[in-house]
Amino acid sequence: MSGWSSDELMTVNAARALADVRTCFVGIGLPSTAANLARRTVNPGLVLLYESGTIGSKPTRLPLSIGDGELADTADAVVPVPEMFNYWLQAGRIDVGFLGAAQLDRHANINTTVVDRGPGRPQGRLPGAGGAPEIAASCGEVLVVVRHSPRSFVERLDFVTSVGHGSGPGDRRRLGLRGRGPAAVITDLGILRPDPATAELVLAELHPGVSAEQARAATGWRLRTADIVGTTAAPTAAELRTLRALKAAGATETTGRTGATETTGTTETAGTTGTTGERV
Amino acid sequence: MAEIRSLRDAVAALIHDGDTVAMEGFTHLIPFAAAHEVIRQGITDLTLVRMTPDVIYDQLIGAGLVRKLVFSWGGNPGVGSLHRFRDAVENGWPRPLEVEEHSHAGMANRYVAGASGLPFGVLRGYAGTGLPERTDTVGTVRCPFTGEELAAVAALNPDVTVIHAQRADAAGNVQLWGLLGVQKEAALAARRVLVTVEEVVESLEPRPGAVVLPAWTVTAVAEVPDGARPSYAAGYSERDNGRYRDWDAVSRDRAAFAAWLETHVREGAQ
Repeated sequence: MSGWSSDELMTVNAARALADVRTCFVGIGLPSTAANLARRTVNPGLVLLYESGTIGSKPTRLPLSIGDGELADTADAVVPVPEMFNYWLQAGRIDVGFLGAAQLDRHANINTTVVDRGPGRPQGRLPGAGGAPEIAASCGEVLVVVRHSPRSFVERLDFVTSVGHGSGPGDRRRLGLRGRGPAAVITDLGILRPDPATAELVLAELHPGVSAEQARAATGWRLRTADIVGTTAAPTAAELRTLRALKAAGATETTGRTGATETTGTTETAGTTGTTGERV
Repeated sequence: MAEIRSLRDAVAALIHDGDTVAMEGFTHLIPFAAAHEVIRQGITDLTLVRMTPDVIYDQLIGAGLVRKLVFSWGGNPGVGSLHRFRDAVENGWPRPLEVEEHSHAGMANRYVAGASGLPFGVLRGYAGTGLPERTDTVGTVRCPFTGEELAAVAALNPDVTVIHAQRADAAGNVQLWGLLGVQKEAALAARRVLVTVEEVVESLEPRPGAVVLPAWTVTAVAEVPDGARPSYAAGYSERDNGRYRDWDAVSRDRAAFAAWLETHVREGAQ
């Protein structure tokens, strides 16, 4: 099995971003895949928290939903949902929040609520907020993982569900959001990071074999690039082997139907978190 | 004091047309059997409250029984959209659906306020999002000690809360464990409480980490083994992920959904 898919590049790099992190609030779908890969590769001690109330889950296979019994059975502690949001998230105990997005703008604000579909058509309904607004507000920092496309990377959000860097520097403080906000947006083409001066996302790294032109074409605003655009390290054989085993185990549970965990038709995987959106 | 009743009698006695009903269970212990009994009895014009509407409310919405939905995340967990919910919101089918939407943290605190006898809950939340403009049960409140502005959310006090639990004893004391969700808060916030259980036992053995709702906080208990399927009851069953995946195809098409409802709910024996 040589080579890798663009989704694998995204997931492997998302997992690497958790290398030095102690605690991570995980949304289902791409974030959960990446966080579980991190526990098997770069950070075996990573503490995973799921909004269903599990702290320190160590699932042996990828959960389909944040309520899978596996997450509770393997947890250090299981707490009620109000406690999870109030004592653990709101109080600022969690290092990293890991979110998906249906739409994202240049300041890494996120929409998972509704999308405009043009004149004469009703707005497309997405799952809504779930845990995302407060995850984005209160975690020490936020990582976003989302596939790169002009439909997702938009000039203007149709709705603001979760605040990234607002309209620029200082906005988070003004709004009383205590975490530092999005530190990176990891896509299937590369990694975007906010420019410290403007809080605008700029192209910081590209995956091997991807050009800056491809990233610009997949971005709905005029994407700026860092002075030096790096290249992410190619996935190692161990990373790919571990990721594929993880996904194979997740896909074959219960009905034996394959492939349903990550994509179903036109939808992005959508967890109960609302932390991932879906395409309409 | 909780009465032990049949599911049919308990639903008929506790849930009425026009009620505000919360059926809780955060991905675990979701009271599907009770919802199906509501469909069979045709109880309608409901305001349904739930953090994650899930497949259970997709079914009630598609059956045309719901006037308004109060929620924070409306998807099929791990699978994708709730198509009946979307059809109602986007196209008004089979009837228009009013929505009141929050974040999970907001909904959780609304239940806590309701259970606590307070008019509102307070949290750090919603700031900078579009939600307060969309939802009139979100506001702000100033801390009298620090002057800090915080989010305020109106208390939730459903007419009826319906939950599923593992066990009750003969007196109607209820015990549930595993993922605890917001069931305790939703039950204590409600005027009437209906609990379906996997089994009624002579007496409850203490279990570490379990929530116990004393019989005097519960209106009715009905013994309904497997009453949470395709969700699950820790210690009794596993989540049927295949049925959550299959729901995508069933719910995508109005006719397929109608046929499913007829076969699996209306003709279903309880």
